[in-house]
Formats: sequence, C-alpha cells, structure tokens
Amino acid sequence: MSEKILYTKEHEWVVVKDNIVRVGISDYAQNELGDVVFVDLPELGDVVEEGEGFAVVESVKAVSDIYAPVSGEIVTINEELEDSPELINESPLDRGWLVEIKVDGVAQTGDLMNQQEYEAFLKGV
Amino acid sequence: MRYIPLTQDEKQEMLDVLGIASVQELFDDIPEHILLDQDLELPEALSEAELVKHFRELAKKNSDLSSVVSFMGAGAYDHLTPSVIKHIIGRGEFLTAYTPYQAEISQGVLQSTFEYQSLIAEITGMEVANASMYDGATALAEACLMSCAATRRELVVLPSTLHPEWQEVVKLYLENQDVQIAYLPYDRQTGIIDPNAVGGINWSDVACVVVQQPNFFGLLENAAALGELIHEHGGLFIMAVDPISLSLLKSPGELGADIVVGDGQSLGNAMGFGGPSLGFFAASGSKLIRRMPGRVVGETVDTEGKRGFVLTLQTREQHIRREKATSNICSNQALNALIAAIYLNVLGKVGYQEVGMQCLQKANYFKQRLLEIEGLSAPFSAPSFREFVIQGDVDWAEINQRLLEQGFLGGLPLDGCGLAGHVLFSVTEARTKEEMDTFITLLRGLI
Amino acid sequence: MATKKVVPLIIERSTPGRRGYRLPELDVPEIPLSQLIPEEHLRTEPAELPEVSELEVVRHYTQLSRLNHGVDVGFYPLGSCTMKYNPRVHEDVTSLPGFAALHPYQPESSVQGAMELMFNLSEYLAVISGLEATTLQPAAGAHGELAGLMVIKAFHAHNGESHRNEMLIPDSAHGTNPASSAMVGYKVIEVPSDDRGGVDVEALKKLVGPNTAGLMLTNPNTLGLFDENICTISQIVHDAGGLLYYDGANANAILGIVRPGDMGFDVVHYNLHKTFSTPHGGGGPGSGPISVSKELAPFLPGPIVQKEGDKYVFATPEHSIGRLKSFYGHFLVFAKAYAYILSHGPKGLREVSETAVLHANYMMRRLQDVYYLPVDRHCKHEFVLSGMWQRDMGVRTTDIAKRLLDYGYHAPTVYFPLIVDEAIMIEPTETEPKSTLDEFIEAMRAIAQEAKEYPENLTSAPHHTPVTRLDESRAARQPILRWQKP
Repeated sequence: MSEKILYTKEHEWVVVKDNIVRVGISDYAQNELGDVVFVDLPELGDVVEEGEGFAVVESVKAVSDIYAPVSGEIVTINEELEDSPELINESPLDRGWLVEIKVDGVAQTGDLMNQQEYEAFLKGV
Repeated sequence: MRYIPLTQDEKQEMLDVLGIASVQELFDDIPEHILLDQDLELPEALSEAELVKHFRELAKKNSDLSSVVSFMGAGAYDHLTPSVIKHIIGRGEFLTAYTPYQAEISQGVLQSTFEYQSLIAEITGMEVANASMYDGATALAEACLMSCAATRRELVVLPSTLHPEWQEVVKLYLENQDVQIAYLPYDRQTGIIDPNAVGGINWSDVACVVVQQPNFFGLLENAAALGELIHEHGGLFIMAVDPISLSLLKSPGELGADIVVGDGQSLGNAMGFGGPSLGFFAASGSKLIRRMPGRVVGETVDTEGKRGFVLTLQTREQHIRREKATSNICSNQALNALIAAIYLNVLGKVGYQEVGMQCLQKANYFKQRLLEIEGLSAPFSAPSFREFVIQGDVDWAEINQRLLEQGFLGGLPLDGCGLAGHVLFSVTEARTKEEMDTFITLLRGLI
Repeated sequence: MATKKVVPLIIERSTPGRRGYRLPELDVPEIPLSQLIPEEHLRTEPAELPEVSELEVVRHYTQLSRLNHGVDVGFYPLGSCTMKYNPRVHEDVTSLPGFAALHPYQPESSVQGAMELMFNLSEYLAVISGLEATTLQPAAGAHGELAGLMVIKAFHAHNGESHRNEMLIPDSAHGTNPASSAMVGYKVIEVPSDDRGGVDVEALKKLVGPNTAGLMLTNPNTLGLFDENICTISQIVHDAGGLLYYDGANANAILGIVRPGDMGFDVVHYNLHKTFSTPHGGGGPGSGPISVSKELAPFLPGPIVQKEGDKYVFATPEHSIGRLKSFYGHFLVFAKAYAYILSHGPKGLREVSETAVLHANYMMRRLQDVYYLPVDRHCKHEFVLSGMWQRDMGVRTTDIAKRLLDYGYHAPTVYFPLIVDEAIMIEPTETEPKSTLDEFIEAMRAIAQEAKEYPENLTSAPHHTPVTRLDESRAARQPILRWQKP
C-alpha cells in the first residue's frame, strides 16, 4: 500500500485513505501473541468509539483486545481471517488487516506515530 | 499422619540444609498472635481398621438400594451398572491424574474425553460437546448465561415443567447477573407446555427458551414447536434432556436445538446420595462453540505427524481471560464423564436402545398396574417415558414410610410443587415384574 | 511409559453386531413402541455407538491409561493443585452401598448415617477454618468462590448496601477469582503486589472505598508466601465495610497452624480434592465447601444438615441465597475428605502442613542457585522459581517443563502466577519420600546444565513420551472436537 502507515501505542496500525481507515496489528504485536488461532471481528455496520475494544485476536494461550484507533462505522471486514487467522502472523501489515472503519469527515490521526516514531517507541517497551 | 513418609533423620537433614533448628521457624512470618497454640478440636486419629469400622457403622444407619427396591427418580435413577466400569475407573492413571495440562503424558485422559465428547455429540445430534460440567442444573444455568451473551439479550424463558431444583439453580445464577426470567405455564390436562398458549412474553427480547425433555413429570413436550417459535425471534433454543431417553427419542439436533444440556448420572454413575454426577453440554454452530464454558479437548498431531489430543479453545477460560472468561468453571467431572463414556461404549449401539426400550415397557406396565388400584388415576395425558405422575387422595409420605419398612422406596410426593395427592414414579430396566407386582400388592393394602 | 503406537478410538474398533453387555430378558408383556410414543417423538436413526465386546472395552481403557501420568505413576509437583497421595481405603469405604446406593430423596429417617457424616464434616471444616457454619453444596473450588461471593453480595444487599459492587483481587490471584467475581456482577479491582510478594498495603488503602464489597485473597498466596500483613489488610478492608474471602487452594500450608477466621477472613472455600486428598480424577469431580462467619451463616445456600436432638434434618438458612446445585453436593467426594480428616486427627493434620512446608523449603533452597528465585524468603507449601536465566540461553520455561516429562515427572505449574516471568511453581506435598524430592532436584539441576550445553535437547523435548510435542495452534485454528464418520 502506498498510503502512509501510522501506529498506536496499543500496537495497532492504521492506513488512512480519504475517510476510510484500515486497521491491523503490528509485526511486534503478532510476534508477542504467537500463533494466532482465531479472530473475533465486529459485524458490518457496527459503530465503534475511539478507544473501545471492538475485536479480539487470540493465540493458543493469549488474548488481545483490539481498540478502535478512530470512531466510525465498520464498513469492511477481512473475511479471509475467518478461515486463515494465521495471515496475521504471516502478513500482519498487508493480508492480515482486520477491518475498515468509515469516519465522519477527516480521520484524526494527529497523535499516532509514524514508522520511525513507532520503532523508537518499541525500544522503550 | 499415616501417609507421611518423612523419617526423623530425613527431617534433620532437611533442617540442616535450611540452617534452622525447627520447622516452627518456617512459620515465623505469621503474626504470633494468630498462630494456633493448641490442637484443633477434632477427634483423635483413627487407624485404617477403626476408620473402616466407623464407616460401616454409619452406613448401617442408612437404608440403601442394594436391599431396598426403588421406584423413585426425579433426577437420580437406579439403572443397572456394568461391573467393568468400577474396575476401569479404579486405575490410578485415571483416578489420580489432574486436568491434562501436559498433553504428552495425558493422552489417556485426553483421548477418553475426546471419545466422551464424541458420544455426547452423537446421542444429542449436536456438532460438539465439552468435557463436562458439574451437573445438569449448573450446565443449564451456564447455557442460559451463554445465550444471553450470544444474543445480547437479558430475558430467559423457562418452562414450569422444569425440575424444581434446576429452576432454583438457574434462578440463582441468572439473578446474580440481573437476567430476567419468564415462565411458561403447563396445561393441567396434558401436563406439558402448550406452544399455542405462550402469550404475554415479548419474544424479541428473549435470549433463549428452555425445554426439558422428558419434563419433570416424565412427559414428552412439543419441543420442536417451541424451538421454531424462538428461532423466528432470533433467540436460542436450549434443550435439557435425559441421556437414556435419547436412545429412543428424536435427538435435540433433529429438533433444532442450539444448546443441549443434561445430567449424566443415569449413564453408569452411582446415585451417591446425589453426587457427584456430571452435566453434559453440547452445542451447534461455530459462533456458539467458541462461547461454550468449560474444558474442551481437540484432535491434533505431534511433531512426527501422529494423532494426539490437547485441551483447546482455552482462551475462553478463566486462567487466560480472567474476568472476561465465558465462565469461572475450572475443573470438569472427568471421572464421571469417563464412567458415562464406558457405560455407553459397553452398552453399545444395541444395548443402549434396549435400556431405553425396557424402561419404557416396564414403566408402562407399572403405570397400568397402578391404575388398576381403585382411587388412583393418571392426571396428565401426554405420553411419558420412564417416569409418570399418579394421583390419589392419600398421604403419600406416610405410605412411603410404611413401604420402606417393607423394603420399597415409593415415588416422590409432589406436594412441594403444589400438587397435593400427586406422586412421581420412576421405573428403570433394573426393576423386575416380580418387584412391581409385589409393590402393587403392598400398596393395595395401604390405600 | 508405554508404547508409542497410536491407540485407536474405541469407535474405530467397532464391529457391527458385537455386544459388550446383556440386560435381563424383558419380563413384562411388550407393547408396540408406536402405541406408547407417537412417531413424531421417535428417533429415526439409532445413535452410532461403538459395538465392542467387554474385553475390547477393558483393553482399550487399559491401553489409554498407560499413556497417562498420575500421582500413582510418579511425582506430580503441580503448584496450587496439591497432588498428594489418595489413600485407597477411602475408595473402599465410600463405595459401600450404604453410601453409594442412596437416593437423594429418600426419607430423612432412612439416611441418618449419611446426614451424620455431612453434619460432622461441616463441623470439622468450620473448626479448621475458625469460622461458624459450613455448606457442602459447591461442586468445586470455583463453585465455592461463586457461592461465597453470592453470600457476600446477599449480605450487603440485606444491609441496604447493594451499591457495594467492587471486588478487590491481587494481581497474583488465580484466574477463577476475577472470573467468579464477574459471574456475580462485580467489578474487579486489581491490587498490585509489593516486593515481598504480598499485597501492596499502601495501594490497597487507596483502592478501598464505599463501593468495596470485599477482597479475595489466597494466603499463602500463589507465590507460596504467607502475607505477613494479613491482619492490617483485613483491618483495612473491614474498616471500609468490605468482607474478606479466603481462596483455600493453598490451605495445605496452614492446617492446625493458623486459621483463616483468625486472620480476619469471613468466608473460606476448601478444595477437598486438594487439601483433603480426594482423587482429582483426571480433572474432577472436586468439591468446594465454604465455611463462613456467624454474620454470614444465614445467607448460606441450602439445604444444609442440622442436628435436632439426636436426629439429623435438612434445613435452609433464614436468608439463604438459594440453591447452587442439584441435591446436596458431591456427597461421595466429601465422604472421602471426612475419612481423611478422621484418619489424621488434629496432630496429623498439623504434621501434614508442617511437612509440606518443610519439603517445599528444602527443594527451594537446593534449586535457587540454578534457577532464579524472585522472592527470597521462607516459602510455605509451594514456591515459585523463574526460568529467566534459561531464557537468556534460548530455552523457555515450556521447554524445561517438557524436558521434565522425559525424566518421568509431571511438570510443575508454569507461567503462573502471572506476575513472575517464566514462572515455575513447584508444590511437592507431604506424601512424597525425601528420595523422590532429591531425584527431582537432580533432574532439575541436570536440565539447567543441559540448557547451557545442549539447549536443543530442551527445545525439542519431550523425547520419551507416548507422543511428542503436539500442535496446539492447529487444534485451535480448525477445531476437531468429536469423531466424524470417515
């Protein structure tokens, strides 16, 4: 994807294209979780609030809540994950994306980190 | 102290390693004023022989069903139990293991549990079953809570023909989570729920409707109709079933159930004054399966590609998800589930059906003989399986005392259910014609 | 252990027409099925159960049993689970028909012996806990937690304090504590631990308040350490109007030494299958009675056994929360616990705890030079090491656990408590001979050495078990939870 990738402190990534925000989890996050075995995604049309847990990613012995980086409506979900949750491990930034959220107006991404900032952030974890 | 192998010399060696003079020092971090300075007020220790004698004396104060002939059921049933069961479950590898956390050295428990799950799924006609719950009543309570979570609704509809103790258990679990309960009345003529007379409930708010089959009175409900009703409104259909009856009756899967629960005592488990038995829990649909409470065993392979079994879907459970777990349950009833599985395996496809058939035939014979007695009648018209209600203007509790003196345990008086003069009889394959005929003769003399 | 050959599923041994058990011939006139049950209720296809002989059943389960570890097979130092020896005489006495063949609804006059047993056990558990009244109804430890929390909730409601909806739980607690709290609708407030491994008292002071319903605590806690500040902690919680719940999973350390009631606890649950040596059965049945203070006694679930003159009767406490389970609880399990208490007596029970604690300290001191010990003080009946040093060599605690299986041991509890990285929780119990403890210590030391020299021996372990490491990810991704017809 050519659009700029941004990260949250909860190790999610977002890519913004107009008013559509695609969300996934970072390479660091998938590595911490280990083999992902199940992804519980929201329903299409669900409305999520920024900071609200809206999806769950499970490995064999760990569970991670995924928090909405922006407020908006779920307009697309990655249906491939239902049968192939391992895509999150294999391709966290691309084929392992989770959902797309449609925001009202312009997505507020001011407090998210760019690649460089995120890498610096990881060093402090 | 009979099971502590430590010798004085060994104790001294350990104290030397620790560099302390006495074991007391290991408890120095307990505030002194709360340390006990005297023995607990308990009886002095018994030797093995004295213990056995004490238990024999206690047992003698009970009248048990090795000498008393029982016509009582209501949730605990006197079925024949193949001898082989007690020998298998006495093996220390099963008896003295715990939850199979280390799969590589727990394949015995894991595979036998997988087989148990398969058997329960088969008789209930459901996709999967879990590794078991405490008992039927708690399994039903958990099924109701699971329905609320799955549908995001907070109203549960229970039949008034559900076992009264199960009603109490479900009520306690649900009221602690502020879930409302509505009850379906039963028809006084048939003894079952009338699916056409279930007004007054806003069905689109209902998380689930429960049907007990056979119901507390031993009668067969019109389960399918209630299932269709709830499915029309987007709720879940729960069936609480008797596992022996499923040898003859249409499976809950065929009737459209989403969750099936029941008590497994009748599958080879001792009555044991009410416990332990097991609750079974089965479900269909992948979304529901991931919401199931309790342990679940799944098939997989080892690094050499060989088939093996592991605890799976563990992220539902308390040790990982803590307050967000689907339930707080941690143990299951592994040994009782093992008993149930051995029972079904040794009975086998044909034997299982024969048990059901004999229960039905003998219960019917006994019912007809009872109805020959003047003053007794059958208050309900719906078909029954192994249990049925008889009505008579007599004091059944008093009659039961007299019967007990003659070596018979009569049916359960239903006064507590608002049915004075009604009594619930149960007849299993373990009863003989001779026992039934003798009972009838005795009862005639008492009425 | 046994052969590496795969044991087939029992259904895979099935042969059409074979029988394993015969019923007596039907001795009443047979009525056609259709006359007794309308067709709409009848099954169309019989359930596909296996068709096997009795011998095949016996062989099948004997073969399976040989793939399994149990206390009878070898050392089982599973922390927090108290895998002690299960005396066989308990199996004998509780399988007497006078107990095993009792119907729960028999008239009370015909079950006085069983009720006497229940009454006595209830009393004994109250004595051991230093509390007033007991219910035997809960089916397991987690069920006891549920019962105790419901009693606490009912008590607050009775006093017009239904707003108390916060349960304080240390970060070292068993997962059942927060899960049980959620099941009664409580909000879980996590309490941090201090550097001695106990409750952080200063933090606790800030967390209690008008909404505090209570605090759930295991003492000794899941690090195996006795919380020295227990009296201060109970004072803080009681002053805030909350109650104290004792998770009895670790009661094997305190029998006859100190009573939860004297520590300030209001509710205690016991795990009879741990402390009182009823067999774990491969995961159950357990039994989780609770004892409570005088103030809480009227709220206990019913029925409980009471003594009226020389008769035992069932009664329901005045403000009972209701019923938590069918009938009276796991009667045959508590009969075994009763036998255990009787065969030990007060001095024997104290010796149980003293020995369990001595064993744990001995092992801890002999292992702390090769495994990191996070908190260095006397432990109680169990202790927690960390595999942190080994992690730096590329070996995880899982690998250490798996390698122990090759030595013929069950592994300790691992990755718990959550507050210790790479946790290894060892509980030896009092029933193991010193020679077994020494052999296990040597195995742990050998493994620590292997981690330095041949880490791949550990990361590929186990090597000598009936199966090698199993693919848990595969099991969870595409769950196969039952046998399917090929």
